[in-house]
Amino acid sequence: MCLGIPGQVLEFLADQPDLARVDVSGVRRVINVGLLADDPPEPGEWILIHVGFALSKIDESEAAAALEFLEGIGQAYADELAALQESRIE
Amino acid sequence: MRFVDEFRDADKAHALAAKIAGLCEPGRQYKLMEVCGGHTHTIYKHGLEDYLPESVTLVHGPGCPVCVIPMGRVDDAIHLASEPDVIMTSFGDMMRVPGSQGSFFDAKAEGTDIRMVYSPLDSLKIARQNPDKRVVFMAIGFETTTPSTAMTVLRAAAEGLTNFSIFCNHVTIIPAIKAILDSPDLRLDGFIGPGHVSTVIGCRPYEFIASQYGKPVVVAGFEPLDILQSIYMLMLQLSEGRSEVENQYTRVVPWDGNLAALKAINEVMELRPYFEWRGLGFISHSAMRMRPEYAAFDAELLFQVPGVRVADPKACQCGEVLKGVLKPWECKVFGTACTPETPIGTCMVSPEGACAAYYNYGRMNRHRVVEVSIS
Repeated sequence: MCLGIPGQVLEFLADQPDLARVDVSGVRRVINVGLLADDPPEPGEWILIHVGFALSKIDESEAAAALEFLEGIGQAYADELAALQESRIE
Repeated sequence: MRFVDEFRDADKAHALAAKIAGLCEPGRQYKLMEVCGGHTHTIYKHGLEDYLPESVTLVHGPGCPVCVIPMGRVDDAIHLASEPDVIMTSFGDMMRVPGSQGSFFDAKAEGTDIRMVYSPLDSLKIARQNPDKRVVFMAIGFETTTPSTAMTVLRAAAEGLTNFSIFCNHVTIIPAIKAILDSPDLRLDGFIGPGHVSTVIGCRPYEFIASQYGKPVVVAGFEPLDILQSIYMLMLQLSEGRSEVENQYTRVVPWDGNLAALKAINEVMELRPYFEWRGLGFISHSAMRMRPEYAAFDAELLFQVPGVRVADPKACQCGEVLKGVLKPWECKVFGTACTPETPIGTCMVSPEGACAAYYNYGRMNRHRVVEVSIS
């Protein structure tokens, strides 16, 4: 739960503008982007996700560096991705 | 040379290490605390201490939210989970944290309905799907996680859900740092500030550390070079006699934080008069509770919570580890009675816990790699 994980925004849900479909290392899940309401991300942009909420926008190079780092830490990231895989935010 | 090639920018790391070594005053010892458990994890994973001169010591701080939950709160949560019709929901990290009568996993094995969730929003969904049950979310975490809980409560309120509540254990990092600064046990020279917490609270809340205590703070990212760069920035401040708050992690952390997140927290929660931290004891205004306006979502009001304080096991020295007074391997039960599989103390449970990080990366005995310490 402590990891911030980068994801790329794919699309916003039509009926709920606070929710966006996001790609995290190939896992596509719905994430709440309400905390970025002052400066919402566009589809294609990267966000830092924490327990189902986008905390900040990041650029592509930061996302790549963060992903490389997370993949290097092993089990903790695998656990986080497994948890995300089970997530069904609506 | 065992740890040297473990990350791709080892050359840059050596260059930074040399610059850090060049800033050390002969005969002076430097103690720098990394507040965040994520930083502790990176430091052990990449053997960053091996890059530092002998006179620079990294001290591991209390910034692991799982590690600071006292046993009594785990007992309270299991008691709550055992109430009729309750579904307790929790992050996976919390499942193995021992209470006096066992952990969430133990209670689950005995038939208590405790479910792991990725997000508080998943907990909310369980509440929607089970209108005849009372769903409680075990809320833990520093300011990184608190806005997520607050936003979830706002959503539950907007939907008019009446079977969803929060057992609030959110803690705030600043009072813990202040308690450490005021502790006579430890003299620190500077702080590596937490990265993701600062995404929410920004850099301003650390200014008292620089202005009132005269200690530099550098908010840092999580990659090995981020941490070495931050140590260099701290050492530069110390060598120039400055004490300021600097932001090494500007690519993610805005100086003012995330105002929408702070607003959500403030709408739903308020500071408790005091809260017990494992190992640090009771610290005033160091944790959040639900505001009276959101009492309908406060599990502590909706249920009877025993609230019994439970002393830590005598053998466990998590308190000293969390305050940075002891290194994990100096604890009497480290790696013998206390392992990640059968943790006695919380520091061995979470991957961000100092003991688990030490244990997992085989750094049970510290030997500096002499040939890389200074180049």
